[in-house]
Amino acid sequence: MAMLEIRNLHVKIENREILKGLNLKVNAGEVHSIMGPNGSGKSTLAQVLARRESYLVTEGEVLLDGKDLLAMKPEDAACEGVFMAFQYPIEIAGISNAYFLRAALNAVRKYHGRKEMDAMDFLPFYKGKMKLLEVDESFMTRSVNEGFSGGEKKRNEILQMALLEPKLAILDETDSGLDIDALRIVANGVNAMRSPDRATIVITHYQRLLDYIVPDFVHVLVDGRIVKSGGKELALTLEEQGYVGVETEARALAVAV
Amino acid sequence: MSTDTRTIDTLIEAEYKWGFVTEVESDSAPKGLNEEIIRLISTKKNEPEFMLEWRMKAFRHWLKLEKQQAEPKWANIKYDAIDYQDIIYYSAPKSKKAGPKSLNEVDPEILLAYEKLGIPLNEQKRLAGVAVDAVFDSVSVATTFQAELAEIGIIFCPFSEAVQRHPELVRKYLGSVVPYSDNFFAALNAAVFSDGSFIYIPKGVRCPMELMTYFRINAADSGQFERTLIIADEGSYVSYLEGCTAPTRDKNQLHAAVVELVAHDNAEIKYSTVQNWYPGDPVTGKGGIYNFVTKRGKCEGVNSKISWTQVETGAAITWKYPSVILQGDNSVGEFYSVALSNHWQQADTGTKMIHIGKNTRSTIIAKGISAGHGQNTYRGGVKILKSAVGARNYTQCDSLLIGDKCGAHTFPYIEAKNSTARIEHEASTSKVGDDQIFYLQQRGIPKEDALSMIINGFCKQVFRKLPMEFAVEAQKLLSVSLEGSVG
Ligand SMILES: Nc1ncnc2c1ncn2[C@@H]1O[C@H](COP(=O)(O)OP(=O)(O)O)[C@@H](O)[C@H]1O
Ligand SMILES: [Mg+2]
Repeated sequence: MAMLEIRNLHVKIENREILKGLNLKVNAGEVHSIMGPNGSGKSTLAQVLARRESYLVTEGEVLLDGKDLLAMKPEDAACEGVFMAFQYPIEIAGISNAYFLRAALNAVRKYHGRKEMDAMDFLPFYKGKMKLLEVDESFMTRSVNEGFSGGEKKRNEILQMALLEPKLAILDETDSGLDIDALRIVANGVNAMRSPDRATIVITHYQRLLDYIVPDFVHVLVDGRIVKSGGKELALTLEEQGYVGVETEARALAVAV
Repeated sequence: MSTDTRTIDTLIEAEYKWGFVTEVESDSAPKGLNEEIIRLISTKKNEPEFMLEWRMKAFRHWLKLEKQQAEPKWANIKYDAIDYQDIIYYSAPKSKKAGPKSLNEVDPEILLAYEKLGIPLNEQKRLAGVAVDAVFDSVSVATTFQAELAEIGIIFCPFSEAVQRHPELVRKYLGSVVPYSDNFFAALNAAVFSDGSFIYIPKGVRCPMELMTYFRINAADSGQFERTLIIADEGSYVSYLEGCTAPTRDKNQLHAAVVELVAHDNAEIKYSTVQNWYPGDPVTGKGGIYNFVTKRGKCEGVNSKISWTQVETGAAITWKYPSVILQGDNSVGEFYSVALSNHWQQADTGTKMIHIGKNTRSTIIAKGISAGHGQNTYRGGVKILKSAVGARNYTQCDSLLIGDKCGAHTFPYIEAKNSTARIEHEASTSKVGDDQIFYLQQRGIPKEDALSMIINGFCKQVFRKLPMEFAVEAQKLLSVSLEGSVG
């Protein structure tokens, strides 16, 4: 059984159809990359998988390890192991990263009937992950994303992922706004998590990130559908030819159907 | 806002958890307000003549104000006219003796009530490091740690006891900060007030524990009119806290209190309030406490400091402006406030800082939260007199909106008569976004917890000022008061 199975997914936002019958299968241990032009629906897909409630699913189904993901509340999906690194991370004033992350970690542990982690155990764990992502310890006491630079916000997303150890991580354009050093650090963080029982979906515009996080599969999302899938070399083709070629191909295909 | 604004609206169905009624036999005055009632209250309290005289003067003044229809109308609140003749002005649980001296003499039902409220009074269970004066309707029923405090010269007792045992102090300070003629509700309070707490901290003494008064309204149709007076003598320090709750009832009940603080040279008073009166029915808006309160502190001495911290989550209507008169040179006034208006609650609250002395400083941090149909108004005045050379004020006033049927309003008044004064004012209004809630949910945090986390973050600057135990209480209270605001 695939870890994630998306069948014929149709999604509307404010009465406009954004995803128009999307199919995707992700097995444990795999890294999939989703590429595609602006506005093609990549973030919409990520948000739907994270169960954003304002995105209306009109058709199709999504199974996470055989469970109906679309029936889950966002917090339940998160506790079931779905993590989304936000394209635009949100700021929350007055709540420190450490407080927030411990609350998150304990919410997940509680969901699985596990003992909550106290501050004494949490801190060394947190600090270890900060080290991995080469993040300054002052991060801990700063308010969640408040006053963070674009790069710091993205790094914080990956730091959270490293801490929460999700089953399925969805990274929505985590590379945008990162310089090459930060990119390498973030990629290291993601690679450190690769394991036979985890899967990752990397949404990106640029082939660059995929030099560091090497995907098993690359999919091209155009106008709400996956129009082409392939191995990691597809990313290179896209980089050279742009989406235009694939788009025309896809349109021809749509007409033929 | 995006389409899930509507999901935010449902966080508003929390039940008021302090709404129980205690069955006690009570000794109540008949409804109505007249000289006879005032005499009756004064007689019940066995008051000296000067007290009755003062009450009578206040009452006559109030009558005049009432005739002139001088009940304040400027606040941003709406309510049906209060019928002052339809209120019971004195109601006390029956006891064998006036003013019980030991806990054994307190009705067990009342002890149980305080235990339910989280303020156990008996020796084994009482809060460590907190001395409590428990005021039940019109009287104080018990005061803990009194003897221990007396050993270091601290007087902490019911107001009515202070009148008996320390009449000279009462006479000297009563009305010295809030005269009976101050305003309509202050006049009413002066005429009919029945109890409250009295605190005197002698020279050079740092009060070793928190002092707390817990006000409980229990009787129906009664009002509560308490008066608190705190005097910090030279070089002393005290941290005081008040809490309040009332049963769930359909009829509005009036609470009109007066608090006076006096800080002498180098003294500091920290006054914290966690106000949780019954807010009225969440759906219909029926019932709830009308909270009309006058609180003022006078920094009389040099280098003195008065700090007000308030968390106002309850009451149908809140009308209060804890203020500081900065008379002594280098004195400091602070006001830290969180005011929540959920459902149909209305709050018009803020502060007044009056700078008289040189180099006086004041800080105002006001956080207003509006949810449901709640209306929240900040009204603050900063007045710098000519004499206040080098005065400084910093005001920060933030409003947070949850949902789109509520409102936030700010009325800052600034008057500076000395050109050396420095006044800074910052204000912001924000909405709890679905984006923020979703972000926290995406990390596994349930929606309701996510909302209370955001709110707590918003209130952090104020919660930090509360004594530790109460900061935790206040956080819980706020999240309970907002339960149901997101669906
Ligand atoms: N909250 C929203 N309200 C209205 N339209 C939206 C919203 N979010 C996304 N869209 C629209 O949906 C389409 C797909 O957006 P998105 O999934 O963000 O694309 P991508 O991530 O591939 O750039 C775009 O046309 C965008 O304008
Ligand atoms: Mg996007």
